[in-house]
Amino acid sequence: MSTANWDLDPSMESTAIVQLQPKYDLFIGGCWQKPKSGKYFATYNPADESVLSEIAYGNQDDVNLAVEAARKAYNEVWSKMSGAERGKYLFRIARIMQEKSRELAVLETLDGGKPIRESRDIDIPLACNHFFYYAGWADKLAEAFPGQKPTALGVAGQITPWNFPLLMLAWKIAPALACGNTVVLKPAETTSLTALKFAEICEQAQLPAGVVNIVTGHGDTGAALVANQDLDKIAFTGSTAVGKLIHKACIGTSKKLTLELGGKSANIILEDAPIDQAVEGIINAIFFNQGHVCCAGSRLFVQESIASKVIEKLKFRLQSIYVGNPLDKNTDIGAVNSKKQLETIEKYIALGLEEGAEIFQPTCNLPSKGYYCKPTLFTDVAQSARIAQEEIFGPVLTIQTFRTLEEVVQKANNSPYGLAAGVWTVNGARIFGLSQQLKAGVVWANTYNKFDPTSPFGGYKESGFGREGGRHGLSAYLQFKN
Amino acid sequence: MEILKTYKLYIGGQFPRTESGRSYLVSSLAGEPLANACLASRKDIRNAVQVARKAHGAWAAKTALNRSQIIYRIAEMLEARKGQFIDELSEAGFGMEEANAEILSCIDRCVYYAGWADKFQALISSVNPVASSHFNFSTPEPMGVVGVLACQNTPLIGFISQILPIIIGGNTVVVLANSKMPLSAISFCEVLATSDVPGGVVNVLTGSIDELLPTLASHMDVNALSLATVSNMPKVFEAQELAIENLKRTQLLVHDFKNQDAQGMEFITDFQEIKTTWHPIEQIAGGAGAY
Repeated sequence: MSTANWDLDPSMESTAIVQLQPKYDLFIGGCWQKPKSGKYFATYNPADESVLSEIAYGNQDDVNLAVEAARKAYNEVWSKMSGAERGKYLFRIARIMQEKSRELAVLETLDGGKPIRESRDIDIPLACNHFFYYAGWADKLAEAFPGQKPTALGVAGQITPWNFPLLMLAWKIAPALACGNTVVLKPAETTSLTALKFAEICEQAQLPAGVVNIVTGHGDTGAALVANQDLDKIAFTGSTAVGKLIHKACIGTSKKLTLELGGKSANIILEDAPIDQAVEGIINAIFFNQGHVCCAGSRLFVQESIASKVIEKLKFRLQSIYVGNPLDKNTDIGAVNSKKQLETIEKYIALGLEEGAEIFQPTCNLPSKGYYCKPTLFTDVAQSARIAQEEIFGPVLTIQTFRTLEEVVQKANNSPYGLAAGVWTVNGARIFGLSQQLKAGVVWANTYNKFDPTSPFGGYKESGFGREGGRHGLSAYLQFKN
Repeated sequence: MEILKTYKLYIGGQFPRTESGRSYLVSSLAGEPLANACLASRKDIRNAVQVARKAHGAWAAKTALNRSQIIYRIAEMLEARKGQFIDELSEAGFGMEEANAEILSCIDRCVYYAGWADKFQALISSVNPVASSHFNFSTPEPMGVVGVLACQNTPLIGFISQILPIIIGGNTVVVLANSKMPLSAISFCEVLATSDVPGGVVNVLTGSIDELLPTLASHMDVNALSLATVSNMPKVFEAQELAIENLKRTQLLVHDFKNQDAQGMEFITDFQEIKTTWHPIEQIAGGAGAY
């Protein structure tokens, strides 16, 4: 196998555009308020372990103040405003986000470690488009649900993950506001900065005070939010384990709940697939965003007759994957989001070896500082292996083979998760047949990891419930009277 | 001398006794003994779930038109045997008028949901105009096996109002019948058995809610729960907690099912998943084609 020299001249994105304050307070009721806890914590750049800023560590008192502010804004302003006027605020927010898209992209990369190409071309444009899309629904809710008299729920508590910080904020806040709710959002502790920038955008858009509140903090801040008695809705994206705890806390309350949780999605390559496209699809499915993707195609199933060819091409392709500084426009795989997550991934790689699977990693140099992981393939993986069953949330792909379609359907569905699946074949009837059989909320046929504001996203089984995106995404933030 | 009916369970299209060999006395509203019903066991639940899972694939694969006709057939069979159901209710202590109203509503509800079988999909599906060259569409799919705690206030209308919207969408059910008034539900299974509803699509158990509900709610091969309100609500909250283990979709139904309004498409779609499928579109001739 050729091991070409893929060293490229760096093409670094400048960070000059990012204006960061040394310390951030909580955004509550339209003002920046010092945390009642009195505590702050550092947020790091995972690419070089440098401190970017200090952010407030909200506690139960802070959360309660934020919910009070959101309730007041709901009662006094937002619930009385026409849908058309709400929509105008959302359009305005979308436009300001577009105007600041470069700063947001660079900041997302600095704070989270994802390649600048991805934050610039995928995360930020999708986040802007999400606001633009839901803005237009705000005055059309009655048409979206004819005869069902949709009305807002009230105040929503929202908790977002660290893998797509601003995009997940958009998935949460845009439909909530369009439907007439006010929100308290708790961003992930390692990636709060774009949410705080978003608060500044809300200020610039002159969004009425208290409609959007941002309370930063750790897991206990999120738990405090879920525990607040005056919320009508909890929306959570994150791990299945935490999702179950939140679910439990909501039982016996009137809180409406949506959960978007983990996955171990199957990517299935049939023998008649366009192989070169499929190989690119496999790479995108598992290595997009360092594999920190809930719907990552982390279980590859290749039909036996083409398995050796596909694996050989994958190994060759891995040699040209560029792992390095996320700000470098050449970079394919940036920094793992945190030290903790890197340790989790490394634990699973060690486990894969213990379980007897065969590992392949390309020869490449990783930066000396920061948290990095080589793209990793495991072959000879048993269906029962933990690396094939559990979500790793990193650039680690398990490869299994199959002979018949019945066999691959059974193997693919043999998972507690059901978020997404990929199918690669030129046979149209087979695409429809397989996509019907696969227990997953999203099926990508001859493509993978595509997202759009108009396209509902969400899982089956232990990948959560409810949908985000599209008309279906509105129901999560509405109640119906019929 | 009158021949008394033995009320049994309904599992897999058959009427077995509970494997536990236990029964309990069912009395009329006035306290007169009516019959012995099976006091089903946790093992009966597990058997029923297994049977329901096995029946799910073929039931979901039937055409919506076919399911529609089968549910309509239930209405036909019930209409033909309504006298039997009205008599049964009146023996249980209901006034003739009330019994008559209940059974007529049951028939109406069968007709109502029969009509939905091939229509709700068109109303909740969508083709989504994504900002890339892909064909993208979202369609509903049944969740799988649904556990039902039937309404404990009505002998039949609640039971029917809960199970029909679930099965019309391609799910199969395991039902815990009204514990105090289980006889109508078991008799209704005789209607199901003669209406071309495949065995295993509807499975009905009678017995103690306190004993059976935790097993149904915690079963790892049950995908969703439809829970009616009961006098002992902590038991329902316990069931909701147990359901979290495999994230069953849980609906708490607080409706008065005798009410005309206690029906609707949302009773169906609450037990449907939305699946979104993407496929690239090749751009030919600039995408506009030639006229």
